[in-house]
Amino acid sequence: MASPAIELRGVTKRFATPNGGIYTALRDLTMEVAPGEFCAVVGPTGCGKSTTLALISGLELASAGEVRVEGSPVRGIADSIGYVFQTDAVFPWKTVLENVAAGPRYHGVPGAQARNRARDWIARVGLAGFEDRYPHQLSGGMRKRVGLAQSLINEPRILLMDEPFSALDVQTRSLMEDELLALWASTSASVVFVTHDLEEAIALADRVVLLTAGPGTVKGTFEVDLPRPRNVAEIRFQPRFAQIYEAIWSQLRDEVLVSYERQKHAAAV
Amino acid sequence: MSVRSTLPRSSVVGPNPNPPLQAVEANPIDAELTVRRSRAARRRRLIIYGLRVLFAAIWLGSWELSTRLNWVDPFFVGQPSGVVLRLWTWITEGTALGPLWLQAAVTMEEAVLGFVVGSALGIFFGILLGRIDLLAQVLSPFIRAANAIPRVVLGSLFAIMFGLSLSGKAATAVVLVFFVVFFNAFQGVREVDRNLIANARILGADNRRLTTEIIIPSALSWILASLHISFGLAIVGAVVGELFGATAGLGQLIYNAGHTFDVNGVFAGMFVLAVLALIAEGLISALENRLIKWRPSRVSGEIPI
Repeated sequence: MASPAIELRGVTKRFATPNGGIYTALRDLTMEVAPGEFCAVVGPTGCGKSTTLALISGLELASAGEVRVEGSPVRGIADSIGYVFQTDAVFPWKTVLENVAAGPRYHGVPGAQARNRARDWIARVGLAGFEDRYPHQLSGGMRKRVGLAQSLINEPRILLMDEPFSALDVQTRSLMEDELLALWASTSASVVFVTHDLEEAIALADRVVLLTAGPGTVKGTFEVDLPRPRNVAEIRFQPRFAQIYEAIWSQLRDEVLVSYERQKHAAAV
Repeated sequence: MSVRSTLPRSSVVGPNPNPPLQAVEANPIDAELTVRRSRAARRRRLIIYGLRVLFAAIWLGSWELSTRLNWVDPFFVGQPSGVVLRLWTWITEGTALGPLWLQAAVTMEEAVLGFVVGSALGIFFGILLGRIDLLAQVLSPFIRAANAIPRVVLGSLFAIMFGLSLSGKAATAVVLVFFVVFFNAFQGVREVDRNLIANARILGADNRRLTTEIIIPSALSWILASLHISFGLAIVGAVVGELFGATAGLGQLIYNAGHTFDVNGVFAGMFVLAVLALIAEGLISALENRLIKWRPSRVSGEIPI
């Protein structure tokens, strides 16, 4: 394997809680993502999946250990990063066109040129004709497309996705998953896709990294040797899919139970 | 990421090409529904206007009647017909202080000046303190203390500092307007969605861009909401300022009327102020609609008041 695109070595992340305590989100996490690889990170609620992305993106810095992106340690937000958020993060006061053009404009591309590139990307995510709409005039799926175009227009070499489709209905979701795979296939980006949905993880990824219940650390890594191109809705029927699913689920189940017991305990206290 | 942009668009779409998304055209049934809906809305508007007129008629009518029948003494409570008459003389013959329009213009000049300066300062400091935590923490007890003072009394201070000039009244309006706008702008900056900030930073926005393109637009709905209240306060400031000493203005006019036991004159002055405030409110609403046209249109259940 060539030198990894993303490398986390013994990474620990602690947060100060409002009541003066310390919350450890990640403990001694080590994982890497190869260039061009689609890596899914799954784990129970509150296991630090989103924190992992925040560390790679440079939005948060590790408390201990080392995070490297393309060989150099992360000290802030790098230009090579794209981030698709779980909740809507498109700017409500900008039109679709202005939203998508924001990235290039922030990088100093002149307005007209940025808008031209934005039009191209809007067409690629299937929103041609909606350039002048405001986000509130679009459906949830369409807003996700805007978010996707907004990230991809910067041509990130690393694409981080934090449960991007969890708020969508099932049909829209599998449509978007297929489109994501098609868009990704036309790039050479490495993807880290965080999800709590194991099916989604297997259907999309080359490799699934399983985290333990919080504080999260890697419990296991599973290669997904399903052929590409994939059709997300249909690949679930393949016997190999079921095998992989079973292998991961047998381990994920324990973590989910731990996490659930903890939540029950926390609620009881 | 190096996008192979030479690929024809269709091949980028993948195995499940998304259906062409087009704006849906209204079909005949929809069109009919729309017509019915707008007709119902018009009827409702007419009913509301009718009831408003009825309300005013009952209110003014009972006032007029009870004074005519001498149930209450018009000397103390005034009389609608007397108010109208006073307004008419003010318009046709001018007031004791000069023509009515001049009094209105003087007061509005003070109020508008106070409003503009007060809001500008409020917005500026609200955003500044909202963005710089240290500054906010250092200044917060002073701001709270200043806010707790009944600031209209500063009017007397300004009357000494600025004399009978325009600036004294405008200054009173400024201190009233400033705090309302300041707190809203500050809160608006604090309430900006963390996700939007993270997104903008990832997309490459520097601090200046973050402020102008994310923080300010986001805080704008808060700021504009405060402008509605603060124009009313600017008028209060101008009028109170005039009470502490002035040679012209609606506040002075009302003050004079009060001192000559002219209750109708007091009411007439208040009426003129109310009309001016309503006009200003309409202008601010128009500005608001223009500045935040991106916001979803008002929910039908909400009543503009």
